[in-house]
Amino acid sequence: MVETLTSHDASVLWVIPTLPLAISMLNLFVGKRLGRWAGVLATMAVAASFAVAVASVADLLSRPAGERLASQHLFDWISVGGFRVGADLRLDGLSAMMILVITGIGALIHLYSIGYMAHDERRGRFFAYLNLFVFFMLMLVLGANYLVLYLGWEGVGLCSFLLIGFWSDKLTNAEAAKKAFITTRIGDTLMLVGLATLVFKFGTLDFVPIFGAAPTVLTKDAATVIALLLFAGAIGKSAQLPLQVWLPDAMAGPTPVSALIHAATMVTAGVYLVIRSHVLFEISGVALTVVLVIGVATALFAATCAIAQVDIKRVLAYSTISQLGYMFIAVGMRAYAVAMFFLVAHAFYKALMFLGAGSVIHGMHGEQDMRQMGGLRKVMPVTFVTFAIGALAQAGIPPLAGFFAKDALLEVAQHTGRTAVYGLGTLAAFLTAFYLGRMLILTFFGKPRSDAAEHAHESSPLIWIPLAILAAGVAFAGVLELNPEGKLTSLLDPLLGALHDAGGLPFATLAEIAVAVAVVALAITWWIYGSGRIDPNAFRARMEPMATAAQHGWYVDRAYDVVFVQPAKALARMTGEVLDAKVIDGAVNGVAGLVQRAAAGGRLIQTGFVRTYALVLFLGAVLVLGYIGVRV
Amino acid sequence: MRTPIAYFLLLAGLLFAMGTVGVLVNRNALRIFMAVELQLNAVNLTLVAFARMHNDLTGQVLAFFSMVVAAAEVVVGLAIIVSIYRRRRSVDVDDVREMRW
Repeated sequence: MVETLTSHDASVLWVIPTLPLAISMLNLFVGKRLGRWAGVLATMAVAASFAVAVASVADLLSRPAGERLASQHLFDWISVGGFRVGADLRLDGLSAMMILVITGIGALIHLYSIGYMAHDERRGRFFAYLNLFVFFMLMLVLGANYLVLYLGWEGVGLCSFLLIGFWSDKLTNAEAAKKAFITTRIGDTLMLVGLATLVFKFGTLDFVPIFGAAPTVLTKDAATVIALLLFAGAIGKSAQLPLQVWLPDAMAGPTPVSALIHAATMVTAGVYLVIRSHVLFEISGVALTVVLVIGVATALFAATCAIAQVDIKRVLAYSTISQLGYMFIAVGMRAYAVAMFFLVAHAFYKALMFLGAGSVIHGMHGEQDMRQMGGLRKVMPVTFVTFAIGALAQAGIPPLAGFFAKDALLEVAQHTGRTAVYGLGTLAAFLTAFYLGRMLILTFFGKPRSDAAEHAHESSPLIWIPLAILAAGVAFAGVLELNPEGKLTSLLDPLLGALHDAGGLPFATLAEIAVAVAVVALAITWWIYGSGRIDPNAFRARMEPMATAAQHGWYVDRAYDVVFVQPAKALARMTGEVLDAKVIDGAVNGVAGLVQRAAAGGRLIQTGFVRTYALVLFLGAVLVLGYIGVRV
Repeated sequence: MRTPIAYFLLLAGLLFAMGTVGVLVNRNALRIFMAVELQLNAVNLTLVAFARMHNDLTGQVLAFFSMVVAAAEVVVGLAIIVSIYRRRRSVDVDDVREMRW
């Protein structure tokens, strides 16, 4: 659907990203002197951004449905011949939701980080990076053209790299950062090619003219090519198959980073990109199917991996990949409002669970292995309750936010006749509830399985207050979309186009099925891990070698290592040690050696005997004269 | 009756050949110098002879220039030979062979 909104000027949009940027620069340069204030200032910057964002969105919502689009032109960025790109910001229903999530949840995570990073000497730098991330993420979603979006896109990738490797004194952390950066770079490069194709076809990168002209300018095939190139970027950023390998390793970063970047915001940028470019995907049609297939495959794949993890953060990482797969399922079915609702709900409960996991890790003095935990609900009651709310929300227990999101998604699948998607989605939901139940029971129930677990302590209020606020958000975010005529749908439909509902099983029936699936899965996990009737270790041993394979992400990493990394390294060695050392250096040194040898021979004619010179001179004269004589 | 040009050229050629051999076989710098003068005078004789044959004074004028240049060259050359002699008590050109590879 082509966008028909009328726009109005908004002069405060620039404030929203600028506040975090300013404090980021401050922290970057004088962060060491600020001490404790570094975190406070950073949190206040994001909170102030949130306030401005709320005001802007409120202003947007006060307008009639057809005029909900604010834009601001800051300056001309690039102006070459007829090609112009401005630093333009735009606020509509889609970016409104994104900025509220980024600044709102971002502010809570900043607040949490003050406590979490209190004893780190480099916290000034940490908050500088974190604020810089918020700035780039806001530019990504506020940009009114693909170039501003791409600026933010690469910027968040950079901040992700810096923060994953924040504790870079440990080599594995630095390697995880590198892996994340390089893996996403594969997608980014393809995306850049897509943007270049857009410039080639449309002569502009602005959203409005591109989406306006696309139906007439683009053939189906051209749209497919562009859409798939853009989707490649989304695959990298959102850790979908086949580029999912970086996200589990990205857990090397500090836990607030995992919560903000690798759960709530950056990884959802891919979903945002596809929804923003939905016009191109719809012209293509094929591209939407690709999105759907990748989404289903990723949701199932990552869910199976999550079941076998022993590291609490890696469970959450695979869970995030799986949930992002769900979002792409919704996008692939053109249910953009559902995808956005899912995105918001996921941002809440996944940020909550990551922060809860961080609190657990904090209480366990850095231990992340769930086999060493157990029984923590008694010593960490607040963390337990909030974490459980997050887990139950994601498992799809009503009335928490995740239930509505997942149910809306499965309802669309069922009502549009995609029975296979519905079935696989329900299967993934079962697996989701299973790994969440397993994680919850292993961590918080039973008896402490290590000294650290026995002597664990509840975290400080600075850490659990954000948890409580997020838990409240998870509990009540469902009201955003309580019915098909929900607030979100009405906000997004004028922008993205409404979905045609062909009808199917009634909502109540679908909801009952979904809840039943979740409850059964949770009951099974209780039976295996919590009741004491089965030895979980023996259970796992019976599942070998599948369990180990799943724990290692079905060895995709190892396959990539054999297929891509080792050949690339061999090629590098070959060019370095053979091509460069032998061929190129050989050619250079060979030419020099040849000249040297020729000179060594040639200089021997300089004998120093004057009479020899005279003889040569004479013979030369005879030769020249003889030649002239013969000619004449 | 005029003397035929061939006699002059023959004499000039003879002188030039003597000069050339003198340059090549002598090791004493002064003798080489004298041989070079012999060559120059052979050339001057040729110039004058052709000038007479063509009834054109240009050749004679050129011979005067040549003599002037030769005189100047002798001045510089002898000065160099004298300074070499002062330095090494010898004017043997084969001894002066520092400027080589």
